[in-house]
Amino acid sequence: MSDLVNVKIDGRPYQFEKGTTILKACKSIGIEIPTLCYLEGIAEEGSCGVCVVEVKGSRTLQRSCITEVTEGMEIITNSPVVREARKTNIELALAHHDITCPTCVRDDNCELQTLARRLGVKEVPFDKIGSFYEKDLGGPVIRDPSKCVYCRRCVSVCENIQNVNALTVAKRGIKTYIGAPFDLRLVDSPCVNCGQCIMNCPTGALSERDDTDKVWEALSDTEKYVVVSTAPAIRASLGELFGLPAGTFVRGKVARALRLLGFKKIFDTNFTADLTIVEEAHELIERVKNNGVLPMTTSCCPGWIKYLEEYYPEFIPNVSSCKSPQQMMGAIVKTYFAEKMGIPKEKIFHVSIMPCTAKKYEADRPEIDASGVKDVDAVLTTREIARMIKEAGIDFVNLDDSDYDLPLGEYSGAATIFGATGGVMEAALRTAYEMLTGETLEAVDFVEVRGLEGIKVSDVNIDGVNIRVAVANSLGSASKLLEKVKAHEENVHFIEVMACPGGCIGGGGQPIPTNDEIRLKRIQALYKDDSERKIRKSHENPYIKQLYEEYLGEVGGPKAHHLLHTHYTPRSPWEALEKVSLNK
Amino acid sequence: MKMYRSHILVAEDSKSLSKGAKEIEELISKELRALGLDEEVLVAPTGSLGFEDIGVAIAVYPDGVIYAPVTQNDVPRIIKEHLLKGRIVKELAHEIGKKDVTVTESRAERVLSIQERVLLKRVGVINPESIEEYIAEDGYLALEKAIEKGPQWVLEEVKASELRGRGGAGFPTGKKWEFTAKAKSDVKYVICNADEGEPGTFKDRVIMEGDPHLLIEGMILAGFATGANYGYIYIRGEYDLSIRRLQKAIDQARSYGFLGENILGSGFSFDIEIKKGAGAYICGEETALIESIEGKRGEPRKKPPYPPTCGLWGKPTVINNVETLANVPPIVVNGAEWFKKFGVPGSYGTKLFSLMGDVNYKGVIEIPFGVKLSSIINDVGFGIKGGKKLKGVILGGVSGSLITPNEIDTPVDFNSLALIEAGPGSGSIVVLSEDRCIVDIAKNIAYFFRHESCGKCTPCRVGTEEMYKIIDSISKGFGEVKDLERLDKLSTSMKLTSFCGLGQTAPNIIQQSLRKFREEWLEHINERKCSANVCEFEEIMEEVTNE
Repeated sequence: MSDLVNVKIDGRPYQFEKGTTILKACKSIGIEIPTLCYLEGIAEEGSCGVCVVEVKGSRTLQRSCITEVTEGMEIITNSPVVREARKTNIELALAHHDITCPTCVRDDNCELQTLARRLGVKEVPFDKIGSFYEKDLGGPVIRDPSKCVYCRRCVSVCENIQNVNALTVAKRGIKTYIGAPFDLRLVDSPCVNCGQCIMNCPTGALSERDDTDKVWEALSDTEKYVVVSTAPAIRASLGELFGLPAGTFVRGKVARALRLLGFKKIFDTNFTADLTIVEEAHELIERVKNNGVLPMTTSCCPGWIKYLEEYYPEFIPNVSSCKSPQQMMGAIVKTYFAEKMGIPKEKIFHVSIMPCTAKKYEADRPEIDASGVKDVDAVLTTREIARMIKEAGIDFVNLDDSDYDLPLGEYSGAATIFGATGGVMEAALRTAYEMLTGETLEAVDFVEVRGLEGIKVSDVNIDGVNIRVAVANSLGSASKLLEKVKAHEENVHFIEVMACPGGCIGGGGQPIPTNDEIRLKRIQALYKDDSERKIRKSHENPYIKQLYEEYLGEVGGPKAHHLLHTHYTPRSPWEALEKVSLNK
Repeated sequence: MKMYRSHILVAEDSKSLSKGAKEIEELISKELRALGLDEEVLVAPTGSLGFEDIGVAIAVYPDGVIYAPVTQNDVPRIIKEHLLKGRIVKELAHEIGKKDVTVTESRAERVLSIQERVLLKRVGVINPESIEEYIAEDGYLALEKAIEKGPQWVLEEVKASELRGRGGAGFPTGKKWEFTAKAKSDVKYVICNADEGEPGTFKDRVIMEGDPHLLIEGMILAGFATGANYGYIYIRGEYDLSIRRLQKAIDQARSYGFLGENILGSGFSFDIEIKKGAGAYICGEETALIESIEGKRGEPRKKPPYPPTCGLWGKPTVINNVETLANVPPIVVNGAEWFKKFGVPGSYGTKLFSLMGDVNYKGVIEIPFGVKLSSIINDVGFGIKGGKKLKGVILGGVSGSLITPNEIDTPVDFNSLALIEAGPGSGSIVVLSEDRCIVDIAKNIAYFFRHESCGKCTPCRVGTEEMYKIIDSISKGFGEVKDLERLDKLSTSMKLTSFCGLGQTAPNIIQQSLRKFREEWLEHINERKCSANVCEFEEIMEEVTNE
């Protein structure tokens, strides 16, 4: 009983557990206090001053998000003083906000807009204050300081969840600046382009670089043969942007919509996810058999790859040399598919639909192209393709299903779960088991590596050999795991890293909002798809077999190596800064 | 020990040094040598004599004569006349305002008629760079006594003294210490807040430059009473001389065994490190100051937890202002009852103020609590410059309060001032004559806060900017009556919802001025007129019409 405190909220008595914030206490009794800067577990700093309440005996109003209930506290959540104060703080935020709602990428999905409406702000009774800083353009992540409300959620997620530290607070007062440190642009900062800052931004201050114009242009170019491939996670999330519940499986509608947009071929990145697994499982087995560098880590997440190159270059030999499914698709489309169809690779324009902003960066990496031309010509996020579908007037919700095109449209259940944290690990284990033992794996579900925990470790017995695997969910978790590996506190053979919490279903290009509840629903949709597939192991995908037979030759062979594998470069997180100081 | 017939003390605080005090000291020595007086007269540097505002000051003892301002040309004459012939140079001796001052009065009787020198008793008397002189004037006596009586006794004595914090909030020091003393932790800290960033406030500097060991001793006592073994002095970066003298004092104290391991064989260890601030006003806020020491961006932390239980690096931390800590050694030496003889109930002791603005005497003063503000202005400050009328007083810094002539008879103590929504605040008294414009003052204050807001919370970050914009437009003649209401509402909102004291107090004076000097605001708006002739109104551009 001593853990309970008695409080009065709006005159009524309640009991709450000690340590509960006023915000949570109120929520539990049905009072939704408005918040702007607050994001549970990520930003709890009380900067915006919107969630204030009256506490009897207190000289000032109290921030409900960071103030805990105490014995005898009397809280008033709705009074003229409270309403006026909340409204004033929204008005002040709006005074220093470039109000261009109709042209803003976050129109109708903006927390500031929602609050202004909810709190009855009808005008901004203060002088407009313009932005002191230019847009930070150039990379996949765009920052528009004129839209910033200084909630610092982006800084917090970059620092505390991702451990990347590409965003910081500089200057002070009205000239406070949120962005990369030392006046760098994000592209010159340690930013790994994961886009989690975008996912946590309440306004349009952070967004992805919009590449839709490039794709529209290609689609209307009669000289171009425009093909598209879609990532595993898209099928579990795109529907949300058209009002469907989170976790609605929309693969068929995606294919239909893309056909209607005019793409010549609709391919599934799941196909090359299967290809990745075949190559990667092979690589793992080779390393285990031949005393190669272990633990091996996955390589399909471009945010992780840049993070590793910057902060853990000593682990470069540990990373699988396999390209990501996107880049494997790019290479296969412009070689195998082009040759098969008799279309010059120069004519093919390959668009990749990804839940991810870092994929834009990955497609532009100079060492990545294998076909002789750019393997992936444009990368669109889930949000961007939704905008194109809307612009074209396609009634997404009521579309009938279409299928993907063969041979690059078939996939196994193992491929589809790539979109969830632990999915790549599970897919690899299914194939590695059979490659190592030559026996059929009956129980294909490795549930130990599923779920939203930061680090999942599991022992898998394959033919009497214990394979210890670990899954890192977010870069912060990856960092913790690698530190343990460095300190020999954790001895594992194989590590999966996904930069974004929840894996690609929580990627930086996904619908906003994305929270744990939504993440789990999207994940569920993928596991359901997996469980319903006839083929659930990557190496059993018949078109993968056909690809090797017709074109690639041996798994891990020279041609496969040339097209499907890559290398990494150590880089300082402060590369750009070092160049500047050298010049000086 | 060598005996001298006379002593010449040269005020060598930072302001005097910038006005050539060191050169004056050297010249005096030279002149004395030339006259063969160097064996009879000792020249020594000391802290502020209170006249640095007008120039270099020297004091000649035992006569108690202060010469100020003293120039290089004056030196030979003073030496020859006063030290050789024994004749006081009346026309060079300091004279304040229009008062006819007889130079033979002792300094204390003259300038300091109602002042009470407890904290400043050594300032302007001893050489601040000499630990021996501090010890000779009862220095480190408190530490000795504390060790003899034990930490609990010290804590009880400070509690019994009812000493209240001199940094602004006036929190009972003993109570603060008790939180830390009771907190269970292997490591605890004492921090001295020497950031003194409030415009027009420089009273802590006088202690640090004039009697640095007093602060060092106060910190050791705070550590002793609370069980802390390490102290930081977070000091305003511009306070070069203070930093130098404090560092020297720390080194001296260490070599005498007052700092370091096992102090005076007591088993108690304590050491002090100086941290320089980088000029941000916000770092005077205690939690922002702590963040700054930790190497982070200076921004306030959420409270609770409060520093006494969870402060520097998450450890229990006593954080006190310089003046607060300076009060501790005399309390320990003389006892709480002695301390309570000064001041009034609720506000015991003496208080330092930086007396500034349109008064005839400016400088740092020490008065017992309870003296009327009017008495400070007239008796200590010798009235308003040029015989002008009083417009008001900014008390306690720009985040303090605005006092009108009607309120001027309020005694300066916590409780009396609270009745007029004021407080001693940072310890500055800025006197405004009728020549000052209230809108202009408000604009200056708003400008300051918009520059110093840390940017963390919306009400302060944007509010200070908007406040400035509104006032600026009124000062240029573009105001409307409804702007006053906007300003008032904004002020209220900032007070209620800003994250820390900075934003909560930034509107204080501005909002008070709206009520207390409404006519003057309206005059600017309705008549485009500034009676004090300060504001420059811009021409209203006629709308260009196409013909």
